[in-house]
Amino acid sequence: MLILRPPRIHPSEITDEALFWNRRLFLGAAVGALAAAVPSALAASRLPAPRSRDDELTPYDDVTTYNNFYEFGLDKRDPSRNAHTLRPHPWTVRVEGEVHNPKVYDVDELARRYPAEERVYRLRCVEAWSMVIPWLGFELNRLLKDVEPTSHARYVAFQTLHDPDQMPGQRSGVLPWPYVEGLRLDEAMHPLTILVTGLYGKPLPNQNGAPLRLAVPWKYGFKSIKSIVRIRLTRDQPPTTWNLAAPREYGFYSNVNPDVDHPRWSQKRERRIGELLRRPTLMFNGYGDQVASLYAGMDLRRDY
Amino acid sequence: MMGRGTGDGGRGQTRWRWRLAQAACVAVVLVPAALIVVDLLRDALGANPIEEITHRTGDWTIRLLIGTLAVTPLRRLTGWNPVVRFRRTLGLLAFTYASLHFLTYAVLDQGLFLQGDVLGYLGEDIAKRPYITVGFTAFVLLVPLALTSTKGWIRRLGTRWTALHRLAYVAAALGVLHYLWLVKGDQVTPVWYGVALVLVLAPRVGWNRRGARAVASVPRGAVGPVVPAEFLSKAARSVETR
Repeated sequence: MLILRPPRIHPSEITDEALFWNRRLFLGAAVGALAAAVPSALAASRLPAPRSRDDELTPYDDVTTYNNFYEFGLDKRDPSRNAHTLRPHPWTVRVEGEVHNPKVYDVDELARRYPAEERVYRLRCVEAWSMVIPWLGFELNRLLKDVEPTSHARYVAFQTLHDPDQMPGQRSGVLPWPYVEGLRLDEAMHPLTILVTGLYGKPLPNQNGAPLRLAVPWKYGFKSIKSIVRIRLTRDQPPTTWNLAAPREYGFYSNVNPDVDHPRWSQKRERRIGELLRRPTLMFNGYGDQVASLYAGMDLRRDY
Repeated sequence: MMGRGTGDGGRGQTRWRWRLAQAACVAVVLVPAALIVVDLLRDALGANPIEEITHRTGDWTIRLLIGTLAVTPLRRLTGWNPVVRFRRTLGLLAFTYASLHFLTYAVLDQGLFLQGDVLGYLGEDIAKRPYITVGFTAFVLLVPLALTSTKGWIRRLGTRWTALHRLAYVAAALGVLHYLWLVKGDQVTPVWYGVALVLVLAPRVGWNRRGARAVASVPRGAVGPVVPAEFLSKAARSVETR
């Protein structure tokens, strides 16, 4: 059994808020300089570049107001405005399929059985922006072991709640509902893969996928499905929503990979939310040491 | 004492009023740009301010391009000729927003002048990403239109000016395509822009057909075949009134 701790961010490496605001001011100054003297590019080039390669925590306000959660609207700010209609309690999660002990869990029961620990993960969206988020959660493998997968189980399929009354965005046909995602069983069992119940030491806000979501830090953000109601172990590779919507653009694996561009934009660099300059995107979002072995021998250009 | 229409005094007053109207038009259209600066200073542009600035300037570019192209049909439908005075103003404002949009993308988003190796990324983006290729093309097409928008150039180019400025149709269409190709999932807004663009361009097809028939009776080479004589004379008159 692979025992690995994710690289932890030391509290001393976390940017304090004053510094963060300074960067915002820098951004303002840069835009001001641009507006005042567009052709004087030379002046702009002398501005100090915040070249930090650290993984500073993305502020709570940004983590909770900049979300892709189409069940609550298409604009990044929509989920924080609209997700109050979601009722995350009471909530049950059905674990079923190729398992010896199928079970319906209440989320409070899950929280009691699997005490939450903090995991600071990078989140890389397929849209080329990223955040660093202190999640609270537990390893998915603990739950999966408890339901005892059969020898036929090869994949894990996840499903989001389907209830247009609670999720008004599901009245639009922008994606096929409910949202579904999937992992290969070894990916799901990997110690980096967690079920999330909170962030920043608080219960998970609705717009971030309350009461239970996935976090798979080496894959693009859309793989980390939110507001899960069903986890089903399967023999065959399950369908995934973005792959159904645009198969050429979003594959089943969707590992973060700077060498495989999205057909419409580059994946080589990303904007860390709160920073001005783009930074290079890392293979497997920087978790290659832990997860690259899962894909040994695979052509990641084909299995994108 | 100044009676209406008595010589230069009345004309001067009218001209002054138009100047004021133009200035008001510029001021109103620049409000969204001012709001971007205000929101930036208030830190009200959200978690990804550069993306927000890119979206806002892009939206206003397309709206203003469509607005500019709506002037001529509006004038033909209402018969209110003076409205054409706003065409150049709106066109130049559209170009202003297009420039802001492009600069936001190149400098703030991609880091041109701010970090190294950016030209390579920009070149790759423009060459390999269809939505950026068409967006950049649209911007490049607008440059000669902005440069030749002066009275001097209108006079110098004569009938060719009208033909050249039809590139605005192409630029607007590419702008809509640019939007349509970049969105992930939601295509409602760009489709509406497309519908609006078709609505403002469609009437021209009718005029041009009628014009072409009229031209057909004129000896070949006398007038450019695609430019209806009536349209040209009106354009010439509108130039004079500026």
